[in-house]
Amino acid sequence: MPDSVDTEITDAELVRRAKAGELEAFETLTSRHEQRVFALAMRMLRQEHDAEDVTQQTFLSVLENLESFRGEASFSTWVLRIAAHAALKIIRKRKGLPTVYLEETTEPDGYDSVPHPEYIADWSRSPDQLAAQNEVRRLLDEALTRLDEKHRLIFLLRDVEGLSVRETAEALELSEANVKVRLLRARLQLREELTRVLGDPGKQLPRSHHRHE
Amino acid sequence: MKCEELLAMLNEYVDGTVDPTVCAEFEEHMAGCNPCQVVVDNIRQTITLYKDGQPYTMPVKFRAHLHEVLRQKWREKHPVTTGDEEKSEHQP
Repeated sequence: MPDSVDTEITDAELVRRAKAGELEAFETLTSRHEQRVFALAMRMLRQEHDAEDVTQQTFLSVLENLESFRGEASFSTWVLRIAAHAALKIIRKRKGLPTVYLEETTEPDGYDSVPHPEYIADWSRSPDQLAAQNEVRRLLDEALTRLDEKHRLIFLLRDVEGLSVRETAEALELSEANVKVRLLRARLQLREELTRVLGDPGKQLPRSHHRHE
Repeated sequence: MKCEELLAMLNEYVDGTVDPTVCAEFEEHMAGCNPCQVVVDNIRQTITLYKDGQPYTMPVKFRAHLHEVLRQKWREKHPVTTGDEEKSEHQP
């Protein structure tokens, strides 16, 4: 571990040093971001070996392309973008599809087409209590897998990794409008699936079809 | 505000980026519409559950391997400045 490099040093400074040929700076950058990359890859691929491949490819690519990184996006967004594409490549390969980049959606872009909530009920327990249960973790994984990969990536980058909408759009080379509508679909679909299992049947409410004003 | 309009602004509301005037309308709607209130709660809980969910930790063995691979690649790219930089600077 390159402990001698100050933890207070910004990524931008470390990038500058790594570009100047400091291996220690590059290793610190790697150490800072590798867990996040690995976790994203695990959530996308659910297979440790594939997640390791993605992590290694990502940092090799970072090393190879560091010179061309101009800092328009933050370093972490740039790294996650590389990781996202590497993960997508593996998914496409698994499905026997050509490896293409995430395209702008061809599905209706408007909010009119967003599916309405069907099953509405308060959850019987708090997220804290739920998170500790193995069967809930399995449910979360399964619900996530049922999202198509574009929606899954957007949800993971925005809601799990905590990127902003703009950063998520940058990472996936999509428009912000596109990210927003896909994020909404992802959130609603996950809500629907989780609520069907975690919702308290005694507190189920009718679909809200009524209109106000 | 209609339920449909609320749905279209759900992201912004949950993320706290909604315009204050719209936010007030949003909350007024929820106060009179229990299903919408529950959906918003559900969405928040869904996000929390995933965010605080199982952390995946990179295997220690793989980490060591990764860093070794990267160091190797680095040396190929930077033949002069790897290893002891002081020494290499004094090399002819």
